Amino acid sequence: MWGDWHQIWEVASTPDNVPIVAMLFLLPFYTWYAFREAFANDRLIEELEKDPAKAKTHHRKTFPWKPGWDREVHTWPYLMRVEFLAAVIVTVILMVWSITLNAPLEEPANPNLTMNPAKAPWYFLGLQEMLVYFDPWIAGVVMPTVIIIGLMAIPYIDANPLGNGYYTYKQRRFAIWAFIFGYIVLWSLMIVIGTFIRGPGWMWFWPTQTWDHNRLIYEVNVDLHDWGIFKYIVPQNLWGKGIFGGLVLGLFTVVCAWGIHKVCALTEFSRKIYARMTLLQIITMQVLLIMMISLPVKMALRLLLRIKYVWVTPWFRV
Amino acid sequence: MPEENAGGGGPQGLGDKVRERAADLARVLKEKGKEEIEGLKDPEKTQLWRSIFRVKHDETPRNRALSVLSNVFFHLHPAKVNRDAVRYSYTWGMGGITFYLFIVLTFTGVLLMFYYHPSKVQAFRDILYLEHDVPFGKLLRNMHRWAAHLMIIAVWLHMFRVFMTGSYKRPREFNWCVGVILMVLTLLLSFTGYLLPDDQLGFWAVTVGTGMAKASPMLGHEGPFGPELGMTPFNDVRFALLGGSIVDANALLRAYIWHCIAIPLLAAIFMGVHFWRVRKDGGISGPAPVMLESEIKEEKGPRPVILRPSGMR
Repeated sequence: MWGDWHQIWEVASTPDNVPIVAMLFLLPFYTWYAFREAFANDRLIEELEKDPAKAKTHHRKTFPWKPGWDREVHTWPYLMRVEFLAAVIVTVILMVWSITLNAPLEEPANPNLTMNPAKAPWYFLGLQEMLVYFDPWIAGVVMPTVIIIGLMAIPYIDANPLGNGYYTYKQRRFAIWAFIFGYIVLWSLMIVIGTFIRGPGWMWFWPTQTWDHNRLIYEVNVDLHDWGIFKYIVPQNLWGKGIFGGLVLGLFTVVCAWGIHKVCALTEFSRKIYARMTLLQIITMQVLLIMMISLPVKMALRLLLRIKYVWVTPWFRV
Repeated sequence: MPEENAGGGGPQGLGDKVRERAADLARVLKEKGKEEIEGLKDPEKTQLWRSIFRVKHDETPRNRALSVLSNVFFHLHPAKVNRDAVRYSYTWGMGGITFYLFIVLTFTGVLLMFYYHPSKVQAFRDILYLEHDVPFGKLLRNMHRWAAHLMIIAVWLHMFRVFMTGSYKRPREFNWCVGVILMVLTLLLSFTGYLLPDDQLGFWAVTVGTGMAKASPMLGHEGPFGPELGMTPFNDVRFALLGGSIVDANALLRAYIWHCIAIPLLAAIFMGVHFWRVRKDGGISGPAPVMLESEIKEEKGPRPVILRPSGMR
């Protein structure tokens, strides 16, 4: 059962999973790369803030500069040669990849023979993993819509004028942490779970654990109003459950909103930025962040405490 | 030679004249030919060359600018760019790589279309034929698939870079939104292509994927308030996507048309807007000189509201 390295190799070497394995290396690399640039700029910013005289004359980049140098270079050849080189390198990578690895082709489509596990393409595995924690209308429809709208809302809710056009960490701590939380922790981690952890029956298999097609798990997920002590407190009728769930969710929302508010007002600088935000911006940011936070919370509730729904009504369950 | 004079009169017969003319002609032709071959050593001076490229390519700043500005493919670029913008450490080149992969995918995709019928009878056999009988068919299919995956990675990294450099900030807010739409289109392109080989992998991925559509609130027959609004498996949003209540021949045809025509066209339009706006919003965002906290301008009067005119910059 355990120590099955062959299993993990089989998953990782599936041709369609190669991109996600590549992402496992590319994402940390580029995160490090971005932060390296950001920290270099931060050091420069600190230096200039201490020395206003220098701030007036300095060219304000970490790159070398001497007075008299052109601030711009000709696209031809200085940019075009880089683009040409990039195209050549990408072509070579693509060629080698295509010669060494074949695109997968399974048996002809057969509606009577279910694939187990039936997995979406790797880039949608985050959404498929969400199906475990939420009903399909949330995981498959509402969440993707919120992700798209939320991404588009970013420029309109970020009231911080600093860090426009250069890497920086110090001047955009909150924005960077929020994005990394959504992009790396939620989106990428969910994909990794969907790819490497989920086996037949979409059951949880640790790495190196054999995917056992006959495995049965006798886990009983209960709704929050049936869980532990709540079973005895909550009136076990439609109204009781509905109101209890609504209250719990409302409390969660308030606690999250308060926490986000506290984080936004953590330092003097962040208070200054926070004060620039309009009410509409604050509300939009709160709604989006609370939805983001609710995902790992629901994951923990399900995986650790075996709780199925928090809020049960006759029309929908959350 | 007596025979030569036989036909003509006079000391110089017709034959001699012809010979002389021929020699003349040969000399002139030789000279002309020599001259023109000499000319080919300098192809930039030929009419053919000039008619195509229009400008000289001498090493002058003016010509360097013109070679970009007067070329339909190159003029996406400005004539000059920020001296540090060509550094890899700033842009990572991911936007350009995404565009290049789109071109690669269009090229390999068109070639694949020559061998593919979007019908239940033919589709899977076409893939087998492509893999086993078409010269370089396997390579073609592999390249199309891996370029698609690579494009998704490149799009995500591009978005990551744009975020980390704060490039979505004013005046580039709208272009970020266009970029988000392009990312969604990229994912949809890849997803619609998944079904086309008509194998188990694509069939079940699309079954799972479109299965979510039936749970759409109000628009799906299993979603909240769906049945109340008269949704059935035969009239809801999933039916519209698949052209039926199951993944079958109509779904294959729809996926094919979305994949090969509709989404690429949409993506091309949005790409045009995306690139145009990069230029109109002042070129790529940086690397810009760093700004200090003390330099934040206090806004005068009421704070700018996103839904109110904020003043052009």
